[in-house]
Amino acid sequence: MSEEITAPAVPLTESESADRRRGRLKVFLGMAAGVGKTFRMLLEGRIELQAGHDVVIGLLETHGRAETAELAEGLPILPRMRVSYRQTVLEEMDLAAILRRAPEVCLIDELAHTNAPGTEHAKRYEDVEEILAAGIDVVSTLNVQHLESLNDHITELSGIRVRETIPDAILARADEVVLIDVTPEALLERLRAGKVYPAERIDAALNNFFKVENLAALREVALRQVAEEVGAKRLTTELVGSREESLAADAPQAVGERLLALVEPYSGAQRLVRRAWRSAQRLGAELDLLWVRPPGRRLSEDEERSLAALRQLASVLDARMLEEESDDVAAAIVDVVSRRGSTYILVGRSRPARGLGRLRVPLPQRLMERLPGVDVRIVADRSSRSSAEKP
Amino acid sequence: MSAATVFIIAAAGVLVGIAAGYWLPPHGRLPSRDRPRPVRRILLPFSGEAISRRSLEAAVRLAKAENAIVMPAFLARVPMNLPLETALPVQCARGMPLLEAIEQRLVAQGISVDSRVGRGRSARDALRKLLDEEHFDRIIVSADEDPKAGLGYDDLRWMLERVPAEILILRTAPEDTRRISANTVSGHF
Repeated sequence: MSEEITAPAVPLTESESADRRRGRLKVFLGMAAGVGKTFRMLLEGRIELQAGHDVVIGLLETHGRAETAELAEGLPILPRMRVSYRQTVLEEMDLAAILRRAPEVCLIDELAHTNAPGTEHAKRYEDVEEILAAGIDVVSTLNVQHLESLNDHITELSGIRVRETIPDAILARADEVVLIDVTPEALLERLRAGKVYPAERIDAALNNFFKVENLAALREVALRQVAEEVGAKRLTTELVGSREESLAADAPQAVGERLLALVEPYSGAQRLVRRAWRSAQRLGAELDLLWVRPPGRRLSEDEERSLAALRQLASVLDARMLEEESDDVAAAIVDVVSRRGSTYILVGRSRPARGLGRLRVPLPQRLMERLPGVDVRIVADRSSRSSAEKP
Repeated sequence: MSAATVFIIAAAGVLVGIAAGYWLPPHGRLPSRDRPRPVRRILLPFSGEAISRRSLEAAVRLAKAENAIVMPAFLARVPMNLPLETALPVQCARGMPLLEAIEQRLVAQGISVDSRVGRGRSARDALRKLLDEEHFDRIIVSADEDPKAGLGYDDLRWMLERVPAEILILRTAPEDTRRISANTVSGHF
């Protein structure tokens, strides 16, 4: 039996209920094929149908599973669109038909699917975005290895690169994410019993992707992902302009983390702060920004502007902007870390060292040596043209 | 030539080398802060959950033509019942990913970016405060902004009358259905 772990749905405000234009997205997330995502999606559709809602199946992939096909019976299915590509006829979800039909709820399998060339959007999640924008609720399915940020990690774990990926933001913006969890042993048993793939594909699957160690690692990744979603949504309500703004800021911390982002008054620092803020949100942590100012340094006009913009960003994000004057950057940081109890430091790309500075140990390394137990993360700088031009 | 002379010449060479190494940045380039800077600044304000792709494309075209910096600015609205300096984590949860998405698009096209966040009682108020603090050469806005979510027609008229910058207002076009939203952020943000 599959277990479900659900990230809480974000409550709607009165104004949103009255004036809602966007549909709600619910995603059943799994560690691999065969855990029961499509089954749960169909079950959800049946429940909605029985509750009197207008439900249609926009796209269903049964993969020849009898149980799944059986569960789909009685639910209206929209015919697929035929697309000709290189003398082959491919079948894809018919976006236009769904929009014309305008059901209340649409079930769409395999959110990460890449559409055939010639369709309106390259990816199915883009179709889903359009359907949501039309005010239609969507229930969909996704395997964790399709998340873009986890792709490399999962390739490393499993040795298999998944080519169809979706941006993490799609899942982050889902109104509800439900993890369909089974133990690796139970999944392997289902696979051997022919409940996941047809008989001729079982051996290949067992020898490649479906190994206990792979599945255990994927399960851990999926559990972490949903835990992060829960954490992020805990701090995010959909209310704008009400007391929830201040309530969200006062929400208790789940983990005793405090992040410190090292900034300088230049344009790339904005991005560093945004990244740090998102990490702080995920960890339920507080965020400090620190600029170690060389004594007597006069700022250029551009730097003054950048500093003012940083202060404004810190204020809007509820981060504390700290400014310390010191010649010894590492010592100043160590001092602040011990004073503030920081557990995590984010640094941007260092400027190229000059002269004897080239012989000096880089700042992140010095920090790691002087601050054992404090994580140090280097955030890429993408905001300058010179860095963009690098191969 | 005596050994002492050789030693003095060698020592002088070492000193010159150290001095040159100290003053010159790596690879003989000028440090970034001393290179000729783009002077023109293009503001790309937004307050909704997405911006028009045409606005972004216009910003890219102009920035390339004028060697300008594009400054996407998220305009956050502070409700009347909260102090103006209040933190806005809920709005930022929407605005920051969009800012990141815009920045990624611009940087991918080789455009220099310097983002901003404005805060005010309304989108116009936030924009006004931003314009009070900094100078921009151009402002690019789309005329199809949902007035509930962003800058409405009244705001555009106000900009034309009051803002001392070139303002590019993009008319809604039938093909302008694609928008840049937070969903288009690449990777883990």
